[in-house]
Amino acid sequence: MKFPISWISEFVKLPSGIDADKITHAFVGAGFEVEGVQDLAKEINGPIKFGKVISIEEITEYKKPIRWVSVDVGEIRNVICGAQNFKVGDHVVVALPGALLPGPFPITARETYGRTSDGMICSARELGMGEDHSGILVMDAEDSPIGKDAIATLGLNDLIFDVAINPDRGYAMSIRGIARELATALNLDYLDPASLVDFKDAQDQSGPIKVEIKEGADRIHLRSVSDVNPDAASPLWMVRRLQMCGMRSISIAVDITNYVMIELGQPLHAFDSDRIKGSLKVRLAKEIKSIKTLDSQDRELFPENLLIADDSGALAIAGTMGGFESEVTSKTKAITIEAAHFDSVLIAKNARSHKLSTEASRRFERGVDPQLTHIASMRAVNLLVEHTGAKYIGLNAVDKLLPTQKIEFDPQAPSKVIGGNYPNEVVKGVLLAIGCEVNEGKKDLWQVTRPSWRPDLNVSIDLVEEVARLNGYEKIPSILPASPLSKGLTPAQRRRRRVVQLLANQGLTEVQSYPFVSAETISIMGFTGDRAKSYRLANPISEQEPFLRTHLVPGLVQTGLKNFSRGVRSIGIFEIGNIYRAINEPSNSPVIGVDSKPSAEEIAKLLAHVPKQPLCVGGFFAGAIERESWWGKGRNFDWSDATQAAVEVVRSCGWEPTIHASDFAPWHPGRCAELRVNGSMVGHSGELHPRVISALGLPERSGAFMVNLDAIPFAESVKAKTITTMVPTIQDVALIVNSGVVLSDLVDALTQGAGNLLEKIELFDRYSGAGVSEGQISYAFTLTFRAADRTLTAEEVAGYRASAIESANKACGAVLRS
Amino acid sequence: MSADLEAIVSAALTAFSEAGNLEEFKNARLAHAGDKSPIALANRELATLSASEKSERGKVINEAKSRIAQGAAAREALLVEERDLRVLVEEKVDVTLPLDRTSRGGIHPLTSLRDDISDLFIGMGYEVAEGPEIEAEWLNFDALNIPADHPARTMQDTFFIEPISAGLVLRTHTSPVQIRTMLERTPPIYVICPGRTFRSDELDATHTPVFNQVEGLVIDRGITMANLKGTLDYFATAMFGEGIVTRLRPSFFPFTEPSAEVDIRCFVCRGEIATDADSCRTCRGEGWIEWGGCGMVNPKVLQACGVDQNEYSGFAFGMGLERTLMFRHGITDMRDIVEGDIRFTQHFGAGR
Repeated sequence: MKFPISWISEFVKLPSGIDADKITHAFVGAGFEVEGVQDLAKEINGPIKFGKVISIEEITEYKKPIRWVSVDVGEIRNVICGAQNFKVGDHVVVALPGALLPGPFPITARETYGRTSDGMICSARELGMGEDHSGILVMDAEDSPIGKDAIATLGLNDLIFDVAINPDRGYAMSIRGIARELATALNLDYLDPASLVDFKDAQDQSGPIKVEIKEGADRIHLRSVSDVNPDAASPLWMVRRLQMCGMRSISIAVDITNYVMIELGQPLHAFDSDRIKGSLKVRLAKEIKSIKTLDSQDRELFPENLLIADDSGALAIAGTMGGFESEVTSKTKAITIEAAHFDSVLIAKNARSHKLSTEASRRFERGVDPQLTHIASMRAVNLLVEHTGAKYIGLNAVDKLLPTQKIEFDPQAPSKVIGGNYPNEVVKGVLLAIGCEVNEGKKDLWQVTRPSWRPDLNVSIDLVEEVARLNGYEKIPSILPASPLSKGLTPAQRRRRRVVQLLANQGLTEVQSYPFVSAETISIMGFTGDRAKSYRLANPISEQEPFLRTHLVPGLVQTGLKNFSRGVRSIGIFEIGNIYRAINEPSNSPVIGVDSKPSAEEIAKLLAHVPKQPLCVGGFFAGAIERESWWGKGRNFDWSDATQAAVEVVRSCGWEPTIHASDFAPWHPGRCAELRVNGSMVGHSGELHPRVISALGLPERSGAFMVNLDAIPFAESVKAKTITTMVPTIQDVALIVNSGVVLSDLVDALTQGAGNLLEKIELFDRYSGAGVSEGQISYAFTLTFRAADRTLTAEEVAGYRASAIESANKACGAVLRS
Repeated sequence: MSADLEAIVSAALTAFSEAGNLEEFKNARLAHAGDKSPIALANRELATLSASEKSERGKVINEAKSRIAQGAAAREALLVEERDLRVLVEEKVDVTLPLDRTSRGGIHPLTSLRDDISDLFIGMGYEVAEGPEIEAEWLNFDALNIPADHPARTMQDTFFIEPISAGLVLRTHTSPVQIRTMLERTPPIYVICPGRTFRSDELDATHTPVFNQVEGLVIDRGITMANLKGTLDYFATAMFGEGIVTRLRPSFFPFTEPSAEVDIRCFVCRGEIATDADSCRTCRGEGWIEWGGCGMVNPKVLQACGVDQNEYSGFAFGMGLERTLMFRHGITDMRDIVEGDIRFTQHFGAGR
């Protein structure tokens, strides 16, 4: 909320010389964030004086009419002026040489149109008082004594504060509320503007418009006036204050309703009384289908919209925006001021359903003082009477306001909740300062009645907050709680850290990509089955990317592409994060209340309603893994590096994965490995499909992996192995198999045949070519045998070797290479 | 010593000293100290002598053998030393040659920060609680005293999953983890909840639709706002260094009451510069930087989670990890953190 400090100081006696910093500090301490302070005095300074036009000489030799004007500003000055909207005897504002106008626009005596202009007669815009530049500003003679400093008189040196109002503090969206807060924060006297409203004209006989509340309000006041002078203009001070609050002047009736809203916090609406047909009703739209609002928009209504209606249809969207038809116009002579206390939730819905967040709706949503309907409508009538010559005719009102519940309050509650010591008299002082009534009745249980403007105060903790806030958060002591012992990280959390550290130490760089994916990406990746079951966002940032990732590889590839576009040639990156697969069509949400803890059954249902989102780790590799340099040739990433990384991930989780050939998008169908733990799939790795590589413009032979960490069980604690000191016996064996044989099958067969004294089997050569028939491959292994209790004899080991070869022959058709 | 033995010894010593390198020395030693050397032959002849002669002659032969062995050892030591000097110089390499055969890896600084904060709080007796990113609206909003018509639940802030009737959103904060924790455990509860969160903001220098938070929740007997302040002071000191000044500023959140914003004294200008937006780029002249939000857990939240309010009270706080990271490392553009440019992360390296 924006406001000039001069308006506040009508109700709070600010000490002279208080500066913007002190006021800012007071607001911030009370919980009102100061978003800006505009010191107008920095933008404008004297000499700027009121003057009386003595004579005007019209100069006609130029394209546009120019005037040579003599003004009396206590002395006679002659100035050139291009405006025509004034006459001899008018009072005007004159900026004399040496003055600075907002812009910055310094004023000097200057040669123009063949004369020396000794200053400038100012328009409202030139003075920073608004947009009006149709002519110069002509003043009321009473308001502008000749020679008097115009800056102070016109309030051109004000301080304008822009303060954020938290959503629970509707009362502070007014000069009335803000002034009260500032007075409390600075411990100054406060005068409530609502208490100053003059009711002497209020005979309160019945007015012409009957009113009823069907739904959505508990109080409404309609005050009607007649004999409005349609030509009356808003007084300059009012226009100026509205402007400093960020509002434009529209017409006197609208300006008055806005002025009273800002001053007291009660949104008002001015209807042209002659446009109201029959009685006025507060009601839901239901069968009323549409309204043309005063911004000339035809709007379709929702049945639950709260309206002000008459016998013929909608007059206004209640508390949100008035209607076009019943708007006050330049011909209006009879005005009805409507002040109501609407249901805040219904107004919030009004504003949201029409995307109309207005000055009125923002106040109603946050809560308005229900007592104000009576007071603010009178204030508006008084201003209409004073400035438009209107006559007050009468009042129609409905009052269904319920009495406010008392709050039972333990005066020691602030000390208990906040910590530290809040004596009873301090607690009481704060409650009184915010307008509460305190009945100390019983010593340890007070009865507190909130003021009408504080609908946010309902229970004890609301009062505790006020005591803490106004006593100052800076007075709260700083004490660490005595906490219990921690079990530390969970196994899953430790595992996550190990995986990240492992991959980073292997030269990969961690990235965190957005989980938003396009339909195109899903199609390029060739995802099918569960990987094609994406959740869709109802309101994505980009309509191009409405889906949530079912896999980590698309995001990694995109990140890779971004890096390539910035000149990176080779990349190895990884990401650890959740994936989301809409394996089941989402069902309707279970309905659960908040008045007590849900039942175990309800909790179970709710938790089951949220889909599983496995934590995965993925990697992407392209270009060179080793560069060329003094050590020799470089080497490019290939399928094996991707698989190696995936295997290391599984190992860091405490398992040795088995590897199986797979054909799984987005990988190359002949270069994709599936990793299994205990026979269950935990991930895939290898080279990306050439189609994916070419569609995305990735480097040739780019590779990737993804491991589902949640699919890997936690390894049981390892039992130590006895380390034997016996010498191992080593046997080599070279076998020839058809090239269709998968190495892991051959190794399995050899291992099985070699018996349980086989300690280790290592492949040390793989060969095809001269000496090996076409379509066959030679594999050479080193077999290491060791027994715990004896040194093995050559004969015994030769037997195991022969058995291994026989097993390989049976399982894979392997024959010994001669 | 007899002349013959003297000649054998001096021939051996001469041969050793004439050996110019270890190879020649090896031959000389074989010739003069080996199995077929003159001294070995002389020793063998002892067998042909009488017992009295043997004792006499044996003594001098042993003396000669010892002199030859000493001579050999001395010469060998000298030659080894010479060889070492020469060869080790020849084998010298330039150890400053580059070793960057493979590229340097890096842990994203958000990950490191998350781990550091987790460790800090584990040290204070907390545990790390986590939850899902697609979350039930009840857990993300209702249970946190954010009713269905609350402005925070509009499309402007929250990503909704289709169909809307499923009541699933991308969590807008990690607070649903607090709710899950309160539903699952009984107090005392001391948890820290780090994790990814989502709000429908466009990416710019200070906003990102996907960001990270760390929230804390304590539910125990006699917990006060003073305990919250003590915890935040400790946290801020660990994050920004000894002597950092914090400030609690009254604010509003539906899930806490009293509520506060946590500010830290601007560590660039220390708040010593007057209020002027241009005077400090970090705090824009305000002297304070908004770090996060906090407060005492609202009784309505405790009620929805079945925490006995007569026995327990609690506090909660939440900070943005990106914001914390920006302050700690002088990062001025959010995009550097989220875009995945490997130069950004590699600069932070793989260690701490």
